[in-house]
Amino acid sequence: MTVQPEWPLYEIFVRGKRGLNHVHVGSLHAADDEMAVRHARDVYTRRNEGVSIWAVRADLIVASSPDEKDPLFAPAGDKVYRHPTFYAIPDDVPHM
Amino acid sequence: MESRDLDLDHDSVYDGLLGGDPSQWAFGTDFEDPLAGVDTTIPAGVDGAAPAAYCLMLGDDALIYAHRLSEWTSNAPDLEDDIALANIALDLLGRARLLLARAAAADPSVVPVLPEGSPVPAEDALAFFRDEPAFRNVRYVEAVNGDFAVTIARLLLFASHRLALLQRLTSSVDPVLAAIAAKGVKEVTYHRDYAGRWFLTLARGTDESRRRLVAGLQTVWPMYAELSRCSDIEAVAAEQSFGVDPSTLSDEVDAVIEHVLATSGVERPDVPPSGTRPLGREGQHTEAMGHLLAELQVVARAHPMGKW
Repeated sequence: MTVQPEWPLYEIFVRGKRGLNHVHVGSLHAADDEMAVRHARDVYTRRNEGVSIWAVRADLIVASSPDEKDPLFAPAGDKVYRHPTFYAIPDDVPHM
Repeated sequence: MESRDLDLDHDSVYDGLLGGDPSQWAFGTDFEDPLAGVDTTIPAGVDGAAPAAYCLMLGDDALIYAHRLSEWTSNAPDLEDDIALANIALDLLGRARLLLARAAAADPSVVPVLPEGSPVPAEDALAFFRDEPAFRNVRYVEAVNGDFAVTIARLLLFASHRLALLQRLTSSVDPVLAAIAAKGVKEVTYHRDYAGRWFLTLARGTDESRRRLVAGLQTVWPMYAELSRCSDIEAVAAEQSFGVDPSTLSDEVDAVIEHVLATSGVERPDVPPSGTRPLGREGQHTEAMGHLLAELQVVARAHPMGKW
């Protein structure tokens, strides 16, 4: 049996008491998925921050490359008409 | 508004930490006071000596084990377990503070006398200014840590036993003990879970991790029986229904331990228990205790007039 020199890296997302969605808070190493959640509880929710934890193996995340920044994102930079800011919002429409 | 009036009976355990400047708290100060709404007064005419002795004993278990586990800080196998063990130590320290403060309130005569004008609170006086024979913790918690596997084996047995005890204490006739126990149940459930998972991981890991775990269990097993021995303090506490006779927990705890051992494929150690009496509860400790107390107490004792 080969022993891995280091535990795999996990990215940790925590949903705060006042937050609606999980927010990336950092990363940590763990031997397996369950241990990653436990470690996240110990490392990232010590100050009464969280009510829910997601742990994701870092190597399972598909990320865009910084090299692709211009082809991916620059074309959206001048399309101001995609922002819904040209409409008058009626007074009786809440939560906008 | 009755509960509000009761809250005025005692100081929140966090008051002393805040120092009147909430700006230092990154995430606000809405900590929960475990004794909120609990009547903390000692009824007039009630002899506080027995409850004080019982709280002192449980508080000493928590204090001494907290100190031992905190020795792992910066020394654990990796950063994540470093923090995990420190968290567990802090849970224990929080429980020690509540229990020592309760002991002092129930019977002020247990608190060591300090120079007049000393600002040291009663809970600190109990922690830092008592000599070894006055400590009533089980010897089990004062033993040196050993390696990580010994630490995990010791924590699994202790947390399993303490969880059963605290669950029983939530129905103590003393509302303060019941509230402290209710807070502790949540904490110790996690401690047992943490130790149980690591126990399983080490048992099923490599040949070396398994060898160390089996050796670790052998190391802590002889002292484990001490947790179930009923001392005179506990006998009185059980009789008066504010405490628990720990020998009545054995079957329940054994079932949990057997389950973990069976799942891990580890045999129950075939080693005899050390001693037959709850010597730690009688103030007779092992050599390790003196070294521990020296480190725990040296700074506070050098400054009996110090404010921390």
